[in-house]
Amino acid sequence: MLFAIYSLTIAALFAVLDAGDVALTEAAVGAGISTILILAVLALVPRHEKRAFGHNIPALIVVLITGAALVYASFDLPIFGDPNNPVHTQVGQYYTQNTYGDMGVPNMVAAVLASYRSIDTMGEAVVILTAGIGVFALLSAPVRRRRESATDRTSDKDSAT
Amino acid sequence: MKRSTILVVVARFLIPLIMLFALYVQFHGEYSPGGGFQAGVLFAAAWILFVFIYGLETGLRVIPTRVIYALASLGVLLYAFIGLLGVVMGGRFLDFYPLLESPHAAQQAGIILVEFGVGVTVATVVMLIFLMFAQRRAMTDAAERSE
Repeated sequence: MLFAIYSLTIAALFAVLDAGDVALTEAAVGAGISTILILAVLALVPRHEKRAFGHNIPALIVVLITGAALVYASFDLPIFGDPNNPVHTQVGQYYTQNTYGDMGVPNMVAAVLASYRSIDTMGEAVVILTAGIGVFALLSAPVRRRRESATDRTSDKDSAT
Repeated sequence: MKRSTILVVVARFLIPLIMLFALYVQFHGEYSPGGGFQAGVLFAAAWILFVFIYGLETGLRVIPTRVIYALASLGVLLYAFIGLLGVVMGGRFLDFYPLLESPHAAQQAGIILVEFGVGVTVATVVMLIFLMFAQRRAMTDAAERSE
């Protein structure tokens, strides 16, 4: 629920910032599909969380190191809004100036996605297909083999009652 | 699901509109925001709403599981085929210029076809993922009942 509200707000923000493509995606995927999928997953899992005792020290160390590395790397980011940033000086300029002449397509995003960077988009389509195949492989396995989770669920019910 | 009149009436009104908007986003992608990915997700969302209202069996009668499998792969294949068509017609892979005489028309045709492939794949994969979760629930229920 919170995720859906968050996604809808972000989608509105994107729309205000004139990023129609991203806003459309965020509203459809973030607010719509992922909410439905989270609900579908919630319908599959047992109702009560299994309590884990104690703390996982190695995991804490890994998380701290990763976080510190990310913060350290963020100091190297270009200054926000600087006109000399790589995003403004490299191919972006070529696209804004020549897309209409090259393609005759008013929507620059579509031209870059489908024509200039077509192989990337093909890779994305393959990734999406692979994700579907992965979910299919995981969830179409027979249920009977997963005895443990079934007994867990019954014991959960017992403890709840 | 219990049949709620309000839900059914509103969904009957909304589902065609969502599908129409998805088709608009799909085929108008090179003029207005959107493209294959957004259109595919919108189309799948319309189908999922249909399934919520009328049940999974009715939804699968509209688009059978085999068709979902086939279309998911065919979308990617269409994309690769357009790419290879450019090679056959004397260009490079995913080069749209050789497809038609006029360079602008060739680019537009290539973009539309390629985006259509993306749209088909995205729509059917989202349907497939939702279908898998929904069927899994039915499978676990059946397994529990038989125990």
